[in-house]
Amino acid sequence: MKCFSRYLPYIFRPPNTILSSSCHTEADIISTVEFNHTGELLATGDKGGRVVIFQREQEVLLEEQTPAVVLGSVLRVLKSHLPSFQSKNQVHRRGEYNVYSTFQSHEPEFDYLKSLEIEEKINKIRWLPQQNAAYFLLSTNDKTVKLWKVSERDKRPEGYNLKDEEGRLRDPATITTLRVPVLRPMDLMVEATPRRVFANAHTYHINSISVNSDYETYMSADDLRINLWNFEITNQSFNIVDIKPANMEELTEVITAAEFHPHHCNTFVYSSSKGTIRLCDMRASALCDRHTKFFEEPEDPSNRSFFSEIISSISDVKFSHSGRYIMTRDYLTVKVWDLNMENRPIETYQVHDYLRSKLCSLYENDCIFDKFECVWNGSDSVIMTGSYNNFFRMFDRNTKRDVTLEASRENSKPRAILKPRKVCVGGKRRKDEISVDSLDFSKKILHTAWHPSENIIAVAATNNLYIFQDKVN
Amino acid sequence: MFARGLKRKYGDQEEGVEGFGTVPSYCLQRQSLLDMSLVKLQLCHMLVEPNLCRSVLIANTVRQIQEEMSRDGVWHGMAPQNVEQRAPIDRLVSTEILCRTARGTDGEHPTPELEDDPLQSSASELPIVSSAQGQRNPQSSLWEMDNPQENRGSFQKSLDQIFETLENKSPSSVEELFSDVDSSYYDLDTVLTGMMSGTKPSLCNGLESFAAAPPPPSSTCKSDLAELDHVVEILVET
Repeated sequence: MKCFSRYLPYIFRPPNTILSSSCHTEADIISTVEFNHTGELLATGDKGGRVVIFQREQEVLLEEQTPAVVLGSVLRVLKSHLPSFQSKNQVHRRGEYNVYSTFQSHEPEFDYLKSLEIEEKINKIRWLPQQNAAYFLLSTNDKTVKLWKVSERDKRPEGYNLKDEEGRLRDPATITTLRVPVLRPMDLMVEATPRRVFANAHTYHINSISVNSDYETYMSADDLRINLWNFEITNQSFNIVDIKPANMEELTEVITAAEFHPHHCNTFVYSSSKGTIRLCDMRASALCDRHTKFFEEPEDPSNRSFFSEIISSISDVKFSHSGRYIMTRDYLTVKVWDLNMENRPIETYQVHDYLRSKLCSLYENDCIFDKFECVWNGSDSVIMTGSYNNFFRMFDRNTKRDVTLEASRENSKPRAILKPRKVCVGGKRRKDEISVDSLDFSKKILHTAWHPSENIIAVAATNNLYIFQDKVN
Repeated sequence: MFARGLKRKYGDQEEGVEGFGTVPSYCLQRQSLLDMSLVKLQLCHMLVEPNLCRSVLIANTVRQIQEEMSRDGVWHGMAPQNVEQRAPIDRLVSTEILCRTARGTDGEHPTPELEDDPLQSSASELPIVSSAQGQRNPQSSLWEMDNPQENRGSFQKSLDQIFETLENKSPSSVEELFSDVDSSYYDLDTVLTGMMSGTKPSLCNGLESFAAAPPPPSSTCKSDLAELDHVVEILVET
């Protein structure tokens, strides 16, 4: 079997960590995954409105192998054996991710005016860069964005003068001395508190949030509008994009994703359901309905069908870390665009082109509307996106190699290298290949994340989170 | 389901209705896709606000199909041309005029599955609304955004009012625009079932029933109807 180490600069080891809920309900379906700016923290949001934050352990040199640890009742952490040995007696334990904090971010709501439920599902989480000891993140459901502060408490004041140990006020007559409370160490407690709630600004469903590089503002985008917020102000927001037609009958295009440029705080992009990307400059006007740049690839007439528009709808758009490129995901491909060239992408990668002949069935079972996300690695040299059957794909932009991997327990033995998978399109199926008709379309990987500087990836497969690290040594 | 995606086929007019085991004709596939799309637009979760992106994409697909059906309906029997290079607006206008003069004549726009239809209101007429034609498929008004000059019937006006109301209340869903059509759409069930069982798909019969009094809905539609009534109630109360 070919050794893929020659093709890709890293081989992903099977799960050091698989984290899954003990009970498999729909509320546990992971709906978003995001590393923070240092990669120390990994946040996930689920359909039940919960946010779970994982923290990477400090790397430790241990004397001997420690057994696997099983955590509490809510999450079951399965750890493989420790990674590669450096010497016989010493083990270098690479930082693994453990649960750091869990909180309920959003609750289900009911819109009485429209008699419709508002889902509590977390659509997106975005971290703010760390500016003090606390961590801040934005989480959003369909209608409301919340700013959460996650902070540690490891000291507790003890020895109050006016209160007893249980906190009850003491009778003043019994107080004869003066003493000042002293901070004493306590077990580490991580608490999450909602600091801001940005509500009532979106008529339609929020699909994206993006923190600006000025760290003072952020934007939230729904199907037809994009709003600009200041973190300190919750009762006002600026509407910077509005594509709602005067007559809703004429609606043919919606906003599908939006993101700020990583360095230029005046620039952002948004993608549409017609496969176009618009880049806007907020300096040009207050309402950015007129784009500065318009990215669209001409349609390939030979591939035209009734599903052409649907599969061209962009489900995710991401700036590269450099800010020079944007990556878009539509149903069958991932495309990389140079900001300086609007008429076509510079690279196109086929994610699962074997589905092209199945579009009618996928339309019937609604899979054609699945919104896959895509991510860059830290150096912008590799891009990753998900597919069906718990497959996810990586494309190396430099070597043009690609690989298909699977996130599943059965196929991931501890300490073994993840085996590349292959889908057989037609004709004779080889031993390890899987045929297109055997793919499980209910197992879709929509959300993935890549550590900002290291080769650590997080892959959400329905209600399971897989964290893979590359092989060291 | 179909073995492959739909592709345009010029001059590919398979005769009649196929038996089991043969690939359905392009027109049959297209019609089936249209019906599937309409059903998708109708069947939305009434509890949670429907996904606007999905609705818009399905609606655009329906529009595409209907535009193509209108073009093919007109140009059927003539030499295949590059019809798609013409502006859709021009196409619809000329089609509409043609349909007006051609109404009532037989054999004007035959398509394989419409051979026995006495009324000869072929699929090409579907997107072309003339207010004079009485109670029409109100959904078709959505597709005539390109031809505003034609939609001046009183029926259309009341639709506009409903759309505005919808816009104020719950503008996020295209399919709620169709909620006013209510029970007549459940004829799609009979049309679809008719197709699946291999009988002659009574395309025009299905279309006629949009115009005629809607037949009593089947029991499976009762719960959907109740939900629709609920929504319409809310709309009317504004």
